[in-house]
Amino acid sequence: MNRLATLFCLAIFMSVPLWLTDPYLLNALITTGIFIIGAMSLNLLLGFTGQLSLGHIAFFGIGAYVSALTSLGFDVPIVGDFHIVHVPWPPIAGFALAILIAGFCGYLVGRLSFRVRGAYFVIVTISFAEVVRLVALNWVDLTQGPLALTNIPSITIGLPGLGYLVLKTKLQNYYLVLAVAALAYFLISRLVHSHYGRAMRGLMENETLAVAVGIDVTKTLTLAAVISAGIAGAAGSLYAHYIRIIDPDVFAFISTVTMVIMVVSGGKGSLAGPVIGGVIFGLLPVFLRPIMPPEAQWITYGCVLIVILFVLPRGIVPTLAPLLGLQRKPGSTSRKAVEEGA
Amino acid sequence: MDQLLQHLLNTLVLGGTYALLGIGLTLIFGIMNVVNFTHGVLYTFGAYMMFIVVHQLGVNFFLALPLSIVAGWLLGAAIEIVLLRPLRGSDIDTTMLVMIGAWIAMQSGALWIWGGVAKSVDNPFPDAPLVLGPVSVSWLRLFVLAAAALLIVIAYLLINRTKLGKAMRATFQDHDTAALMGVNVSWIYTSTFAIGSSLAAAAGALLGPVYVIFPQMGDLAAVKAFAIVILGGLGNITGAVIGGFILALAEELGAGYVSSGYRDAMGFLIIIAVLIFKPTGLFARAERVG
Repeated sequence: MNRLATLFCLAIFMSVPLWLTDPYLLNALITTGIFIIGAMSLNLLLGFTGQLSLGHIAFFGIGAYVSALTSLGFDVPIVGDFHIVHVPWPPIAGFALAILIAGFCGYLVGRLSFRVRGAYFVIVTISFAEVVRLVALNWVDLTQGPLALTNIPSITIGLPGLGYLVLKTKLQNYYLVLAVAALAYFLISRLVHSHYGRAMRGLMENETLAVAVGIDVTKTLTLAAVISAGIAGAAGSLYAHYIRIIDPDVFAFISTVTMVIMVVSGGKGSLAGPVIGGVIFGLLPVFLRPIMPPEAQWITYGCVLIVILFVLPRGIVPTLAPLLGLQRKPGSTSRKAVEEGA
Repeated sequence: MDQLLQHLLNTLVLGGTYALLGIGLTLIFGIMNVVNFTHGVLYTFGAYMMFIVVHQLGVNFFLALPLSIVAGWLLGAAIEIVLLRPLRGSDIDTTMLVMIGAWIAMQSGALWIWGGVAKSVDNPFPDAPLVLGPVSVSWLRLFVLAAAALLIVIAYLLINRTKLGKAMRATFQDHDTAALMGVNVSWIYTSTFAIGSSLAAAAGALLGPVYVIFPQMGDLAAVKAFAIVILGGLGNITGAVIGGFILALAEELGAGYVSSGYRDAMGFLIIIAVLIFKPTGLFARAERVG
């Protein structure tokens, strides 16, 4: 997306708490924002390399657990009297570790499955997420299992000359999520416009040709998987420190499906797609909740996904951008052309 | 030793139904190339059909089984006609995403209609198990094994010995040539999907009365089916049968000797291991149908 339009959207998002004070809606916006970060990371894989990670919530959940455990500390017996003891670290260290460890898991999954791509990658990622969920459920000494990790501290940031700021309120968390989302957006945008990004799209469109011109398939895909998993881990960490309680349900498959719907409806392979799709599908439950039970909401979700694939197979942003007269660049939309023409 | 024998016996019973799940998915995923996420829902559907036919319609248990299988066939045909037929020719990803949507919608539909509380299906067999020396097995499980074996043989004959089976193999080998030879290709797609679905429903209808039935029971079944198909090699019927028994054995031994909490992790670990060491599956594709 064009820089001016991006800044304009960012300004709108920054102004939201000024005119929206309802705590329930603000809370919905924060969790939506966290899931949009997850959806953006999913889009990096699905939209720019064509690989669908259907276990993406695993990286999110790993980020959440790593961050929570780093800041809570643990004492885990390994063999006999041998324990691994970890004293609590500040949450911001947990945030950094969440990105590193989730990214490393992305590396492992990528190395493992990118020898056989497509449907196999989908199934490997589902399997990976399920194994991680079972570990979170059964390794009670570390994760408390179904009893959940509670009292996760809020993220604290040190401000030069002002001491420490504990990000406890909804308003503070909104801006924290917005900042991380903007950073993730910037990072992904830089990546897909770099030569790595062109290599990824080349691979997606014609693998044989891409290999012939010297693109290292496994390396390129693994890089995308690492960055994608790292960003998902960052989202998971934000989730853990905002909600402040996590249990193995954080790995629920339906959360991956939510992210997939956000990406596919907004437009995979478009930078703005997951944001638009995310805002719609993140806030849809807020409006559906009063009128239908949760089961009916999920039925609606499933049907909406099918209808979108039939009616708008490319997604909202790539379909609507030309109609609105917005010039469309590969994988992005531009508003500058309109403003210059006016 | 006695414990091992008991595990092997359990493996036989479980493996039979896993093989049914695997054959069904290998037809759809391996041959039709549809990443079928509704397979687990069809498994759930088969189990709930047993419940409805036995408890709400009051039909005999043995008659309920074929009725459930037919219901699975019809639902599979409906899914193919409504969702897949318009998408023929689209890429595999679009089809897969549509199937994910169908999965979520149908599973939530099951939750909405039947509620989240687990149900059990009564069976006409005596409660006392059959004791054979050191091992014991319930009469219901023996029936499940026999019925699964019968269905595996029927499926094998249907695919390898009938005209329909020949048309199926021809269609997925060369779609255009088969059409030129007078095969109604569109109908073959529908019947292949429907047969695969009815096998999943059969597996659910057989295992439902053994365990309890609940709307999410199909999720694990779907991933297990993918594990079996990958293990046996895509499109390989014999491979799917052997894969079903290997997965059952891994689960039984894993639950018995490692930890019962990780029983369901076996399928996933098998998928990961196969993809690392032998991505084409354990069995060569020489016998591949299609």
